[in-house]
Amino acid sequence: MNEHLSRGNQRMADRAETLLGLADDELVIGWRDSEWTGIAPMLEEDVAFSSIAQNEIGHARAVYELLADDADALAFDRSPSEYRCAPLVQLHLLDWAHTIARRWLYEVADEIRIAALRDELPVAAKIDREEVYHRLHAEMWHERLRDEPRFHDAAVELWPYALGVVLPEQRAELSTRVRLDEVEAVERGIHDEAFAALHEEMTMVRRSAPAGAQW
Amino acid sequence: MIWEVFRRERKGQAFEHAGSLVAPDAEFAEAWAREQYGRRGESVGLWLVPRDAIRDVEDWSDEFDLKYRRVDGYSIKARLKEARERASQPREPAHG
Repeated sequence: MNEHLSRGNQRMADRAETLLGLADDELVIGWRDSEWTGIAPMLEEDVAFSSIAQNEIGHARAVYELLADDADALAFDRSPSEYRCAPLVQLHLLDWAHTIARRWLYEVADEIRIAALRDELPVAAKIDREEVYHRLHAEMWHERLRDEPRFHDAAVELWPYALGVVLPEQRAELSTRVRLDEVEAVERGIHDEAFAALHEEMTMVRRSAPAGAQW
Repeated sequence: MIWEVFRRERKGQAFEHAGSLVAPDAEFAEAWAREQYGRRGESVGLWLVPRDAIRDVEDWSDEFDLKYRRVDGYSIKARLKEARERASQPREPAHG
């Protein structure tokens, strides 16, 4: 009985951990992709890319709300080491080839993990309906750039990071989908200096005002 | 390639020209138009038309001063009133 109970508790803790990782990924990739606002290669893509980045932040909020009463507190009041985002989304990418390669790898990985949550999490289906357009956007770029050496090299470079987005049991599927051989993944829990700088910027407004301030 | 974007704001309304965008093909045009003209829920439908597909009509001849075809200044208010009054009168029997 007790063993049964604690196994149940462990399962719930694992689930919360997975959801927190997902929400942190969405928040941080939304933030990183927003860094292209105003400087993307084409005006039309600038608007689209920024809009998709905002959607990702909306998904982060929806999942934070499942985990805590105050989504903002969860999003902004933790110390950098407490974030569970994958290193893939933390990377500060300064060129478009890497940015698009990341977006594509991330969307494929995201689809796999969201599908795994769908049956038990109503919000997953809701998120997925919006992700359909993100995937179309990413796939469209991938189709056109996949034979470009710059894009291919960027995807290969980011591949170990992409593997870290999904759970170990989902990696074989990700590998098949993106047609890259499985390698050792860059796992969650690593935060570099770039993330510390991002965290500083991300939480700046929140820290400047007393908790509960209304905007 | 330039695409002209037409937007329907609500079901049943006519599409109106919303703007244009530059996209290499229909797929990119759709993805970009979705975000540019639909991300805030401001459209229920879009038409994307390559600018080349549009037949442009801009030249008009007015050699013979067609002012007489215009109706401004021709008031039908009084005539309408008169007609309405007439219609509301009881009709005289055709054969007295």
